Amino acid sequence: MSPNRFWPALLALLLLPFSTPAAADGPTLTVMSHDSFDISRHLVEKFESTHRATVRFVKSGDAGTALVQAILAGDKPLADVFFGVDNTYLSRALNADIFLPYPSPLLTTFPTTLRLDTQNRLLPVSYGDVCLNIDRAWFRDKGIAPPADLADIVKPAYRGLTVVENPATSSPGLAFLLATIGRFGENGYLSFWKGLRENDVKVANGWKDAYYGQFTAASKGDRPIVVSYASSPAATVHYAKEALSEAPTAAVTGDRGSFRQIEFIGILKGTKQPELAKAFVDFMLDVPVQEDIPLKMWVFPANPAASLPEVMRRHAVIPERPAEVAPEAIEKHRQQWLEAWTDAVLR
Amino acid sequence: MTARRLLFLPVVAFLALFYGYPLCAIFVHSLLPEGWWDPTIIARLFTSPVYARLLWFTTWQALLSTALTLLVALPGAYVFSRYRFFAKGLWQALLTVPFVLPTVVAAASFSALLGAGGPLNTLLMAWFGPDSPPLAGQGLAVLLLAHVFYNYSLVLRLVGGYWSGLDPRIREAAATLGASPWQIFLRITLPLLLPAIAAAALLVFVFCFTSFGIVLILGGPGYATLEVEIYRQAIHLFNLPMAAALSLLQLTINFLLMWLQARLGAGKQLAFFTDTARDGDVPATSWRAKAAIAATLLFVTALLVAPLAALLGASLLGDGGLTLAYYRGLFSGGGDALFFVAPGAAIANSLGFALGTTVLAVLLGLAAARHLAATDGTGSAWWDALLMLPLATSAVSLGFGYIIALNRPPLDLRDSLAMVVIAHSLIAFPFVVRCILPALRRIPSSLGEAAAMLGASPAKVFLEIELPLIRRAILVGAIFAFAISMGEFGASSFVTRPHTATIPVAIYRYLSLPGEMNYGQAMAMSSLLLLFTCAVLLVLARAAGSGGETRR
Repeated sequence: MSPNRFWPALLALLLLPFSTPAAADGPTLTVMSHDSFDISRHLVEKFESTHRATVRFVKSGDAGTALVQAILAGDKPLADVFFGVDNTYLSRALNADIFLPYPSPLLTTFPTTLRLDTQNRLLPVSYGDVCLNIDRAWFRDKGIAPPADLADIVKPAYRGLTVVENPATSSPGLAFLLATIGRFGENGYLSFWKGLRENDVKVANGWKDAYYGQFTAASKGDRPIVVSYASSPAATVHYAKEALSEAPTAAVTGDRGSFRQIEFIGILKGTKQPELAKAFVDFMLDVPVQEDIPLKMWVFPANPAASLPEVMRRHAVIPERPAEVAPEAIEKHRQQWLEAWTDAVLR
Repeated sequence: MTARRLLFLPVVAFLALFYGYPLCAIFVHSLLPEGWWDPTIIARLFTSPVYARLLWFTTWQALLSTALTLLVALPGAYVFSRYRFFAKGLWQALLTVPFVLPTVVAAASFSALLGAGGPLNTLLMAWFGPDSPPLAGQGLAVLLLAHVFYNYSLVLRLVGGYWSGLDPRIREAAATLGASPWQIFLRITLPLLLPAIAAAALLVFVFCFTSFGIVLILGGPGYATLEVEIYRQAIHLFNLPMAAALSLLQLTINFLLMWLQARLGAGKQLAFFTDTARDGDVPATSWRAKAAIAATLLFVTALLVAPLAALLGASLLGDGGLTLAYYRGLFSGGGDALFFVAPGAAIANSLGFALGTTVLAVLLGLAAARHLAATDGTGSAWWDALLMLPLATSAVSLGFGYIIALNRPPLDLRDSLAMVVIAHSLIAFPFVVRCILPALRRIPSSLGEAAAMLGASPAKVFLEIELPLIRRAILVGAIFAFAISMGEFGASSFVTRPHTATIPVAIYRYLSLPGEMNYGQAMAMSSLLLLFTCAVLLVLARAAGSGGETRR
């Protein structure tokens, strides 16, 4: 092919992905979220037909990146609704003053422990608990009792068995650091981490690397204890190649042995269609979507009326008493805690 | 104003609009939040030893990575430019594939090979019997290895392409006059190659200096580059002033380096004419040539092909042996999930973005390179360095710049798909410039002047004389532009966009959930990316290669 014919052909191909489908009637609602967001198609289609509107989803990287972008956009918002602020970023989001209050009628039945913003600018949608996961087969084969509590992993019996994520670069890593702060207090958490360091803990920079790079149950790694979610064992059953009766991994929760990440939704200031945005928030909080969430994002619904799917009921645990750290404290001390952690564990 | 300058204007406009303006906007927004300069907001930059350490590590690991890459890739470039051997095109395509692999995937295949339970450690433990695995799956050595893994083909292609364009008659003449092969290499070939080697070294250095994912995953938690720290400051600590200051620091250092390279390189250029009628490569006849080819292929197999093979293996192996379950899973449709990524759609979208990027980057790069080649003196060095800057720019800063700068009609492009192609092109086009410029500069100006004197229009001079001479260089640039876009390299991950399923997006989705099928499908998707890229590169090389065939 001569260059004169080659480039026009390429140009035609280039324009293909930009051809948009025929515009639908009615208004368009833009929903901004992070890369992990997912939902069932039929639910969105139902919302669209009920409200004679089109829902458009935009994605902006991980949860932290998406929030910073929403804040930077300021009074020229990128979307009408934002989903995916978690409680470690809650204070930052509220301080930036980018959300409109909306006291959804559905909220009344939600547990107060999840309703962290009293002015209802950010409404809880789901939650998930970050905790230790263990490889059951590994401990069975070695004849060692797996750790039953967070505090156990500094014991000599578990030397060289744990991999955690770096809280400075990973969101479950930060959540786990917060669990230890909630559990051992601001004065005690560093000595726990120093003990963990002496016990030859491995630090990965992200969840993917820890789980799929080091964890014995999911990789060729040599660490049978990993920081993951309390719902992870259920996901390993759901995504097994052959049907399993027992999860290959188990969550270690215990008393204040986990940290609860709560995800919120909010209406962005500057939206041109506040009513439609409110309707979408209600849609996200109502039972059909709440029952859809667990198998899409592997978190628990915030709405108590939503029932859990079978695989979650059987293989996931909801810790009764997660460790607690207030969002304001997180925003205020984040840098200081991270630096102290880095000094104690990495330097 | 000549046509050449006129064609340079769109490049300047593109850069001003999609690079200069957003970047200035985010720097002003971050560093002058209240409209004036408050030095206290970045005081820590100078008072804390952390940042000096960061800068030091970032610099020396980049230097070391560049030196290592050149060391191992230059002999390869020689072999690939000099000899013809079996399935050479396939080898070349295969060696470029690492460029498109998402870092998590490359990391997964590295740790599959080098990790505690991997074959190398198992072998070493069986032979030498240490109690614990001798090789670590991460750390400095693995980080350097990964940088070589990613950049090997860059040097191979850039230098190799230039090398095979050197007129063999010069060497033959020197040999006739009694020069030894070693003398010929040192006194003739090396000086002639220098522009290409410098261009390749600069690209590799900038690539490693701004390394993000590789350092984050394969370096392990003890290591961080400026780019990693910019991301951490901006996203995790929401310290935009510090992120902007570090970003400026990174830009300044790279700019100085590029300017220096441009200054030193300018005027040292030897213009000489080669026709493409005589391609340099010959079949290997001597045993030494054959041994060189064998050694090169063995080396690239160990360094580049083995991790790729490990990836393919992981996509086909389950607990119970060989399986196609992961591929079946990929094509099963994913139920009702709105953001399920079907492999066909992912490939189509990735291909669309990549072809768009290739076209835009090659057009811009060609216009820019022609302008640079035609101008001389200090002005040229400034432009030369300036055009390279997008490559050295923090993706986080630029992504945020788009949010606050391109927010008004008619330029509210903040969440349009065009932004993806634009972001990819910004990264890809400096590559294209670096590939084309050395080739353009060695065309003696007398050639075009003679044609013009004989009545050829500037367009005709370009099409009939320049284009055939730089065809190979354009191809190399196009290949890297394509690969950069296929791998969703850098900047694009910080650009807001409507959900568009590309292959890397699909891979990340699978890898963000636990479960055997998720991991397997991520590996299967990566293998599809690998095979598909390889196929496209082969086709691209054929298509462009046959364009010049008629001129023989």
